[in-house]
Amino acid sequence: MIRINNVNKSFNGNRVLTDISVEFEPGKTNLIIGRSGSGKTVLLKSIMGLHDVDDGEIWFENVLFNKLDFTGKKEIRKEMGVLFQGSALFDSITVEQNVRFPLDMFTNKSPEEKTDRVNFCLNRVNIVNANHLYPAELSGGMKKRVAIARAISLNPKYLFCDEPNSGLDPITAILIDELIKELTKEYSMTTIVNTHDMNSVMENGEKIIFISDGIKYWEGNKDEILHSDCDLLNDFVFANSLAKKLRSEK
Amino acid sequence: MIRFLSQLGRYVLLLQKVFSKPEKASIYYRQTMQEMVYLGFNSVGIITIISFFMGAVITLQTAYNTENPIYPTYLIGLGCRDSIILEFSSTISALILAGKVGSNIASEIGTMRITEQIDALEMMGVNSASYLILPKIIATLVFNPLLTIISIIVGITGGWISGVLAGVITSEDFIYGIQYAFVPFYITYSIIKTVFFAFIITSVSAFQGYYVEGGSLEVGRASTKAVVFSSLLVLLFNVILTQLLLS
Repeated sequence: MIRINNVNKSFNGNRVLTDISVEFEPGKTNLIIGRSGSGKTVLLKSIMGLHDVDDGEIWFENVLFNKLDFTGKKEIRKEMGVLFQGSALFDSITVEQNVRFPLDMFTNKSPEEKTDRVNFCLNRVNIVNANHLYPAELSGGMKKRVAIARAISLNPKYLFCDEPNSGLDPITAILIDELIKELTKEYSMTTIVNTHDMNSVMENGEKIIFISDGIKYWEGNKDEILHSDCDLLNDFVFANSLAKKLRSEK
Repeated sequence: MIRFLSQLGRYVLLLQKVFSKPEKASIYYRQTMQEMVYLGFNSVGIITIISFFMGAVITLQTAYNTENPIYPTYLIGLGCRDSIILEFSSTISALILAGKVGSNIASEIGTMRITEQIDALEMMGVNSASYLILPKIIATLVFNPLLTIISIIVGITGGWISGVLAGVITSEDFIYGIQYAFVPFYITYSIIKTVFFAFIITSVSAFQGYYVEGGSLEVGRASTKAVVFSSLLVLLFNVILTQLLLS
C-alpha cells in the first residue's frame, strides 16, 4: 500500500501539486488521470522519489519514503518496477540484456537461472524470438512490453506506469492495459498508472483519482466516473464529440 | 559568479556520487573494459594519424627556421623530440580527445537523461552517476597515458621520416638529436599531464551530459559546452602543471 498525505510541490515558485492526499491499494490498478500538464507525471515522479516534495508525506507500507536518505530510498526502489512513457530501454544493449540488467545488478543467481528468469518474463509479456534484438529494432508496443518485462524481473511490490499506452494504436494499447491489470493481480502489486486515455480508464480503473492544475478534484472507480457531478472531470471524460453525444442521448 | 559557484558545487556533488561504493564490482569491471575500447582503443587511429603529421610538420618547420650553419642539424631532432614529448603528445592530444571523447560522453549521457534511461537506472536502485561515469573515468585514466606514449613514438617517427625524405636532416643526425640531452622526467611530466587532462575531459563532459534538461537541442548544446569547457580547463591546467612540475 502507498499512502500520500498533503503533498505539495513547486518548481521555481510555481505550485505544481497542491495538498494531494490519496491511498493506493495493493492488488489494484490505481489510475491518476488528468489533462496534459495537470501534474500527473510530477505526482508519479514524486511518489517514486525522482522529485523531492516540498512538504507532505509519502508512505510505502509503514516506511516514510520521502524522508529516507539515498541508501534508504535505494532499498525501497529495489521493490519498484517502472514503465516510463518512452519505455526507457537501454538502447546500447539487447532486449535480453535489458531484462537481465536488474538481475545482474541485484541478485546472485547463476547465469542459467538469470536466463530462465529473463525468458519467463519475456514470455509473460508475449515477446518471443526477440532476445537478441536492440530496442531500436522494436515497435512501440514491443518496447513497452519489454519495459514491463524488465520492470517485473525482480518481482516488484510496486509498479508505476507513466502513460503506458501513449503513441500506441487502440488495440495494442488495450493489450498493454490488460497485461498491466493481469500482472497486478498475479503479483498482488500496488500499481499506479498515469493516463489520459479514456479506454484505459474504462478498462483498468479500479481506483481513479482526477487531478487538474495540481489539485485532486475527484476520487472513485470506473463505475462511478460516468456519474460524477465534478464539472472539470466531466469536461475531461466527455471531451470528444462521440462521448458528448452519448451523454446527451442518455 | 553565483552561477559559476553553483555549477562548481553541482560538479563536486556529482563527483561525490561518482566515487561512492559501486553496487557490484564485477559489472563495473565489465563496463570499464568496454569503455577502454570505446574511449581509448577507438582513439588510437586518430591519435596516430595526427601525431605522425604533427611530428612531420614540427621537424620541417624546425629545419626551415634553423637554416643557419651555426646550429648543428641534430638540433632539429632534439626540437622535434622535446616539442612532441613536452607539449604535443599530452596537451594537443588532450584537445583532440576533448573534441572526440568529450562530445561522445556528453551526448551519450545527455541522450540517456532525456530518454529517461537515467531515471530508469535510479528507479532500479542503481547509482546512475557512478554506474555511467566511473567506468569512463577509470578507462581514460588508464588508457590515455598509453595514447600519449603511442603519440610520442609515432610523432617522433613522423618527424624522422619526413625530415629524411625532405632531405633537411640525415637519419644519423636525427637519431643523435633525439638522444641528445634527453631528460627522462619529461616523459613522466607528459604522463602526469595526460592523467589530469583525462580526468578533466571525462568528468566535465559527463557533468554536462548528466544535467541536461530538455530535448535533442539541449543535448547538442551540452556536447558543445563539454568540448569548450574541457578544452579551456585543459589549457588552464597545462599552465598550472607546467609551472608546478618544471619550474
